[in-house]
Amino acid sequence: MTQDVRTLAVTVEGGKLSVRTYGDPSKPTVLLVHGYPDTQAVWDGVVSELVDDFHVVTYDTRGIGASKGPLFKHGYTLQLLADDLYAVADIVAPDQPVHLVGHDWGSIQAWEAVTRADSAQRFLSYTSISGPCLDHAAMWTRSGIRKPTPKAAVRSLKQALASWYIVVFHLPVGPRVAWRLGLAKQWPRIIRAMEGTRLDPSPTLHRDGSRGVLYYRANMLPKMRHPEERPTTVPVQVLTPTGDRFVTPALAAQAPAPWTERLYVRKVHGGHWIVVKKPALIAERIREFVQSSIATPGGPEPVRSLLRAEAKQGTKDRPEFEDKLVVITGAGSGIGRATALAFAEKGADIVVADIDSVAAARTVELVELLGARGYPYTVDVSSGEAMEAFANDVKATAGVPDVVVNNAGIGMSGPFLATEVKDWEKILGVNVWGVIHGARCFGEMMRERGEGGHIVNLASAAAYTPSRTLSAYSTSKAAVLMLSECLRAEFARYGIGVSAICPGFIATNITRTTKFVGQSAEQQERTRQRITGLYRRRNFGPDKVAERIVDAVRRDKPVVPVALEAKAGKAISRLSPALARRMAKIDPTG
Amino acid sequence: MSAGAPALTLDAVSNKTGPTSEALQRHRDAQALAYRCAETVGAGLEAGVTEREVARRMRAFLRENGVADFFHIPFAWFGERTAFRSLKGPWTPLHFFPTNKRLKEGMSYVLDCSPVVDGYVSDIGYAGVLGKPGDNRIFDALMRDLAQYRTLILDRIKAGDTLSEVYAAVDVLIAQQGYESRHKVYPGSVIGHQVGRMTQRRNMGRYAFGFGLRTLETLGREIVTEGIKGRSPLWAGGRASRHAPTPGLWAVEPHIGFRNVGVKFEELLVVTEDDAFWLDDDLPHVRRWQEQGLAAVPVLEGARS
Ligand SMILES: NC(=O)c1ccc[n+]([C@@H]2O[C@H](COP(=O)([O-])OP(=O)(O)OC[C@H]3O[C@@H](n4cnc5c(N)ncnc54)[C@H](O)[C@@H]3O)[C@@H](O)[C@H]2O)c1
Repeated sequence: MTQDVRTLAVTVEGGKLSVRTYGDPSKPTVLLVHGYPDTQAVWDGVVSELVDDFHVVTYDTRGIGASKGPLFKHGYTLQLLADDLYAVADIVAPDQPVHLVGHDWGSIQAWEAVTRADSAQRFLSYTSISGPCLDHAAMWTRSGIRKPTPKAAVRSLKQALASWYIVVFHLPVGPRVAWRLGLAKQWPRIIRAMEGTRLDPSPTLHRDGSRGVLYYRANMLPKMRHPEERPTTVPVQVLTPTGDRFVTPALAAQAPAPWTERLYVRKVHGGHWIVVKKPALIAERIREFVQSSIATPGGPEPVRSLLRAEAKQGTKDRPEFEDKLVVITGAGSGIGRATALAFAEKGADIVVADIDSVAAARTVELVELLGARGYPYTVDVSSGEAMEAFANDVKATAGVPDVVVNNAGIGMSGPFLATEVKDWEKILGVNVWGVIHGARCFGEMMRERGEGGHIVNLASAAAYTPSRTLSAYSTSKAAVLMLSECLRAEFARYGIGVSAICPGFIATNITRTTKFVGQSAEQQERTRQRITGLYRRRNFGPDKVAERIVDAVRRDKPVVPVALEAKAGKAISRLSPALARRMAKIDPTG
Repeated sequence: MSAGAPALTLDAVSNKTGPTSEALQRHRDAQALAYRCAETVGAGLEAGVTEREVARRMRAFLRENGVADFFHIPFAWFGERTAFRSLKGPWTPLHFFPTNKRLKEGMSYVLDCSPVVDGYVSDIGYAGVLGKPGDNRIFDALMRDLAQYRTLILDRIKAGDTLSEVYAAVDVLIAQQGYESRHKVYPGSVIGHQVGRMTQRRNMGRYAFGFGLRTLETLGREIVTEGIKGRSPLWAGGRASRHAPTPGLWAVEPHIGFRNVGVKFEELLVVTEDDAFWLDDDLPHVRRWQEQGLAAVPVLEGARS
């Protein structure tokens, strides 16, 4: 950390705080409060991400790192810790309110500060990471006990299990001695094993670990026994890291709801020490919140994922996908269009991509009829460059999508030996490369954003049902199915779900455009008409597939066969491959 | 009076191949009366009225205007029922009958009546909304796009297509527009049926399943006699409709839907040996499309081919 850092000492009741400030003091101030058993150094990564745009301030909390504090637990009440926080803010930004960010115990202290009367004059916004207001948490736990619905009981139990360490910290001697005797040395290793995060241990860790135990002892029991009502008018953003072993998302998201006026709860992917693991991501979340009109009067509209994150009071019937962005390829017709309408009806904004621009524009009209926003795009999914440009365009105009449906696909039928190389190139281009490009471009964006997402790929029952008339089509769809399964395994760590949809015979336009290789134009026209009639009489509409796609996203389903024949095909392929092979010899088109 | 029907064809329609010009005029009068009924009743609708009450008003209007018999009893559908959707479970033929569903502000409705005047049959469909344009955007869009079907169907019949080909073209247009076919819900999935003069007086004013007994008798007879010639008096998408329309009068009723709104028109189409035309252009929905400049809208690319 080099960017013109200045250090100063702030004297407070019972101690002296070591404070660092970075960047231009005339810019808006962001004050970062560290947790346990860290020091302000835990923010180094985040600071360097923010310093160009903000006046950034960190400090060691009392008794920790380079700050001095009393030796007894009564010197560490939240009352005093919050006083410290105000004292630092008053010194580094005497004339203007600041944006506050807290992690772990720093977050607990910051909650105490923003829930004081008149806190809005000191703080413009508050971003809380992995540390609840203890009063809110106590009230939330009680409500779970008072109304012991199974759901409430489970979430309380989960949180209780996650809080094991609090109990340990109340044991009279053990924990403090443990820190002194070598826990400090082992700490980075433990964290790496638990979280996969590399921590640089501070030279004072053995002392801080043991001193910090006083933070727990001074506050936990009193707050749990006698919680107070602590409301705030400061807008609050709660970041809930997935895989946090200490604070469950249910507690983080629900406990503050009754006590805040404007609350935004956002999932971030990473463990408890996400501030070290993904500093750029955390800095971005802070920046988005702090610069938006929520925290800065006259600032720009909040980004989509922030809008989505707003926890509105008493709006249970809020549309399920409100403020979500769904990208669908091949959305000008059939299953793609029906999926666009299904998501639009549930509140999402839709990027409608198709090679046929008239069809895409029409879908947008319909999406808008349902009261949603639609963005038409003309793109050929088989072109890598076109898809890249398309994805970047989407990001620039509408943001990073939450759901991507790789749906564009074409049909092809006929003997293998009549299928020419250019036929193969065509179908693999659209059906396989289209999915690869879509998953690559948008998957990268989703991973970067760190809020997870979902990718849906349209495979087909043909992916696992061999047929002598569908060698090219089935091959392309088998590739999509396998790609989806592999991606699912790989992307799980980013919180990105991947689903493969395997429909049977769905009445769409595909039967009117399918190429029947080895047939004259006239024969092909007749075959198309006959197959279209068959599919129409099968009478399974694309809207039903769309509902299953929405459900696959909602419940993160791996593989979804749709329609009876697709389910039967799957069962046969598993139970009796020999039967499947015999059936493969039938020619339904002849 | 018909504004657009070519005068020459009235005389070209001979007794053998279809109704005479005199007969056409009588059908046209019956159709005009039916539309007047729908328009009048529609204009008088108020929030809270039930489908049953509206069907009763249509019947009363027609009786007051001298109608003694119906091809089928008057139907009225509100809200999601205009798209033939039931909020509880699947749609069955029984659901066609008027219910106690109440009309609300901004809700779509469809009125369908078929007075028989001196044996001259008419059969019309009329879609509307309680409120003003803009109150129900889905209805406005559907109604605007419905105009294309009037053009498409006539064009294709004039071009000599078979009924099943026209039916398929209508399906393609519906798919392109992104709507759903709702006429496919009608018994037999028909988009139309032949009508003529009902001469005998037996069973007048008696009904079964909502259709006049005379209607069923006539239809039954037609199905048999036309069936012998390999034709059907019903117009659907299957094998039985793989023929050019039999000269005469056809009631054509494309019914399209989007989500919980459905719209339709139903009019008589005159088919002669070598031509076809809509019996009357002076109808409420056609006038509305003319005002909007939609009367002769080009059909979406592809639906014609
Ligand atoms: N209909 C079925 O029976 C069925 C069954 C199983 C799987 N599927 C799959 O579902 C998906 C959707 O098919 P559908 O039945 O809705 O077909 P459809 O033909 O009705 O729609 C496909 C859409 O994709 C668009 N498209 C085609 N090539 C494109 C390209 N290179 N770039 C961008 N857009 C392109 C088309 O213009 C069209 O709008 C396909 O992947 C198909 O293989 C369909």
